[in-house]
Amino acid sequence: MDVYLPIANLSVNALVIVLLGGGVGLLSGMFGVGGGFLTTPLLIVYGISPTVAAATSASQVTGSCVSGVFAHFRRNGVDVKMGATMVAGGIVGAMLGALLFRWLQQTGQIDTVIALIYVVLLGTIGTMMARESLQSIGAIRAGEAPRARKRRHHPLVAALPLRTRYYRSGLYISPLAPLLLGCFTGILTTLLGIGGGFILIPAMLYLLGMSTQVVVGTSLFQTLFVTAAATMAHATGTKSVDIVLAALLLVGSVTGAQVGVRLATRIKPEYLRLALALMVLIVAARMAIGLGWRPTDLFSVDVT
Amino acid sequence: MRPLKPFAVLALAPLLVGAAKPTLVPDVSQRTIDIAYSFTGAELLLFGAILYPGGRTPGPDDKPADIIVVVRGPVQSVTVREKRKIAGIWMNADSLRYRSAPSYYAVASSRPVDQLLDDRTRAIYELGLDSLQLSPASTAPIDEQNRFAAGLVSLKAKQGLYVDVPHAVEIADGVLYRARIQIPARVPVGRFTAETFLVRDGRVLAVATRTIHIRKSGFERFVAASAEDRSIPYGLTVIAMAVGLGWTAGWVARRR
Repeated sequence: MDVYLPIANLSVNALVIVLLGGGVGLLSGMFGVGGGFLTTPLLIVYGISPTVAAATSASQVTGSCVSGVFAHFRRNGVDVKMGATMVAGGIVGAMLGALLFRWLQQTGQIDTVIALIYVVLLGTIGTMMARESLQSIGAIRAGEAPRARKRRHHPLVAALPLRTRYYRSGLYISPLAPLLLGCFTGILTTLLGIGGGFILIPAMLYLLGMSTQVVVGTSLFQTLFVTAAATMAHATGTKSVDIVLAALLLVGSVTGAQVGVRLATRIKPEYLRLALALMVLIVAARMAIGLGWRPTDLFSVDVT
Repeated sequence: MRPLKPFAVLALAPLLVGAAKPTLVPDVSQRTIDIAYSFTGAELLLFGAILYPGGRTPGPDDKPADIIVVVRGPVQSVTVREKRKIAGIWMNADSLRYRSAPSYYAVASSRPVDQLLDDRTRAIYELGLDSLQLSPASTAPIDEQNRFAAGLVSLKAKQGLYVDVPHAVEIADGVLYRARIQIPARVPVGRFTAETFLVRDGRVLAVATRTIHIRKSGFERFVAASAEDRSIPYGLTVIAMAVGLGWTAGWVARRR
């Protein structure tokens, strides 16, 4: 069934897009990530321009987060004060990202920058996650109880001024740290169309030293609002948000996410993390090949 | 008055010659093409008649005339970028801006255009993919300009936006002609022109033009206009839809 996308200006097979959204949703439900890091590259491979892909996949991440945020609220798993601080930084970041996006578009480097950030970011995080999950799988195999890591924040975070208390996170730190963290993920959200959960969660755990019970809920809370802000930034800035494409992706992904959540309860978390790490590394490798391989078309055309 | 007479004859000459020339009566199958939700492209039929002076039809001794049809979309200002390997990465390096490249260009003819007309005439009427007037906004050396122009044309051809179909025009009994031209789904909207050229002995004898409007219709038009003119409500609608769908799915899953 072919459907014309009014903003992307091309017709796509609706079933393929719904299934693509469903596949991403399934994985995002299983691994507890937004899935934007899969949607954007897949849409680009399908033939949708990188701008429309990044702008539209941000809104898909919004949809994937909603039910998770509600679930964590019911469990009292969201530090609203911490979340609000990060959202404030994230909205600033989303707007900075939109400026950066437009500047990169004008200089013609947006595609290369998107691919490069994917390679560096996903490569680093994928490697870290793979190593960590392999270690814990090894520990389980050997019959040891996994060591509980001592919770503490990074010395740089402790050095920042204007400390305040975050009760749910069990922290007494400067709001500048979560503000900057939110800002950084906000920039990435607008540039790449990703939620940034896989950067945010390790940063919240290892840099801020937040209590693990509220990490996932608070990260989803921040992702929900910042992807919404990024959608607004794209809607008013690049005008590349395609509502038809977003609807097709969302129908697939919100359904897939619910199935994924159920599947995830049957698999050991260590193996899930390893699978996610491998997937992240595959996407990074695919992007790296795309950068180094001689493209079939050396020329590209932008309407100015 | 006497010396003026030859001039009077000269002034009349084009009219006299014009009267002896054939004329064209062209038409197109669709004056407007509406882009709706299931739009996957369109096929445009260009047809018409060649009217010879005195209503006669060309006999077997007459030299056959040829027809060239050109469909042209609105012009765009475009930037063409060329990738080069820099530090192991293929990235955009040089670029060249064109002030008026046609967004869509299709040429169909009864015989290959370069067999019908010389380079100069083709350049004047912009007949053929190698004869487009792209007006580059650059003072780059000519071989570089040619390289970029060739890159632009081959990329647009790959997207189905620049089309060259020799032998696509059929002429029946030397009088009726018709040609089919494919319009791809990723066509831009705007005012298109369909020009028909009657060619004989390496000269253009007659030209006729018809206008075609390609526009988004119904819902697609509404969405495109909203995204452009009412971007804040549009963005909010997208977010509301995302939140609504996500919440509904969670609610359904929890009820079961």
